[in-house]
Amino acid sequence: MLREVHVEELTEHIKEMCIQVNYQLSGDMEAALNRAAQEEESPLGRQILCQLEENLQIAAQDRIPICQDTGMAVIFLEIGQDVHFVGGTVENAVNEGVRRGYAEGFLRKSVVGDPLERINTKDNTPGVIHMSVVPGDKVKITVAPKGFGSENMSRIFMLKPADGIEGVKSCVLSAVEDAGPNACPPIVVGVGIGGTFEKCAVMAKHALTRECGRHSEIPHVKDLEEELLEKINKLGIGPGGLGGTTTAFAVNIETYPTHIAGLPVAVCICCHVNRHITREI
Amino acid sequence: MDKKIHAPLDAGQIRELRAGDYVYISGIIYSARDAAHKRMQEALDKGEPLPIDLNNNIIYYLGPSPAREGRPIGSAGPTTASRMDKYTPRLLDLGLKGMIGKGKRTKEVQEAIVRNKAVYFAAVGGAGALLSKRILSSEVIAYEDLGTEAIRRLEVENFPVVVVIDSEGNNLYETAAEKYRRI
Repeated sequence: MLREVHVEELTEHIKEMCIQVNYQLSGDMEAALNRAAQEEESPLGRQILCQLEENLQIAAQDRIPICQDTGMAVIFLEIGQDVHFVGGTVENAVNEGVRRGYAEGFLRKSVVGDPLERINTKDNTPGVIHMSVVPGDKVKITVAPKGFGSENMSRIFMLKPADGIEGVKSCVLSAVEDAGPNACPPIVVGVGIGGTFEKCAVMAKHALTRECGRHSEIPHVKDLEEELLEKINKLGIGPGGLGGTTTAFAVNIETYPTHIAGLPVAVCICCHVNRHITREI
Repeated sequence: MDKKIHAPLDAGQIRELRAGDYVYISGIIYSARDAAHKRMQEALDKGEPLPIDLNNNIIYYLGPSPAREGRPIGSAGPTTASRMDKYTPRLLDLGLKGMIGKGKRTKEVQEAIVRNKAVYFAAVGGAGALLSKRILSSEVIAYEDLGTEAIRRLEVENFPVVVVIDSEGNNLYETAAEKYRRI
């Protein structure tokens, strides 16, 4: 039995989600920040974490976006295969939601229409849309605007199978170390392991939308997440890159089967303003 | 050490700043980021004057979000400074004395900072709402067509920054991480 969904419904949700996520971090991220402010060893690091806590309060109270880089809108749509969209195309509806959200929400328009000619589209469209078809008759929408201070520090490595898990660890640590202060630490590290060149990149991005503190359900992947987080926090980069024991809040890894000849690894770095919001319609 | 300084800067103030100092800036600063730097470079290449006087001034690497009614500016945190590295030594040689951004700089920028007795500050990235409240007024003074990337004259009060590279070339990013590194 097909369920009809009018695309205007998508537009409205995406508009609201773009606005909400830029003014208020999800509870998991706020909790991670509060915990770090208690545990950070560097006095300057603690001072910066307190500034970030105050920043969240001001953003919510005074309706000022948490960060001026309100991001390029990344949207994941998990579409139930029994859903039939009516009233227009999904892509247009999503972009219309982004357009309205960024206009009505006083959010920065950070998108240029052609990457070489670089003329601002002035409405923050298009977004980057990842669609997948899943069982059921629901649509799960995740909006995750991505700032480019941290996006620019993300990396893809095409390892050899012989590099193994140790190779994966050194990729993640080198990406975090190279990012240093540029990515606005404390960061969240999304990692995609396996698949193909593009598959691992999408997994790394999607991993950032996982609730902070929740681990992979695969035991050896969970162990790897915990080990990497501990190692990253021993790098000393600290809040704002000014030294300290809080460099990352979480390492979230997604995996996928891969080719006998390869071991692709993508490391997508997100700043402490790791914005993600999900709704199901 | 916490210090208060006034912008535009003078040589005496800059000399006393040390990497690691927590500094509150009050006075007038200018925003400019990628596209504005590119245009300034093109103007200089053509022998045209710049839209701002660089002498003793501070450039803030900023592209704010739109202001709500009754506010001077929207969210207003720093952007990554390294994207301006290509343009920066020339501006320092022309009299620019301070930069506010976040992240590492090239060796060429660091050398130009020392050569010109200037200073590089970091503001806390991602604290755009808090920093917005320290900006009292904002006026677009050049390249209005660039939108968020236009050059703005900003009046700031107790704008919080940390000295990362001081006029002697001490670099906080190089020393701070070492202190807490355990790997």
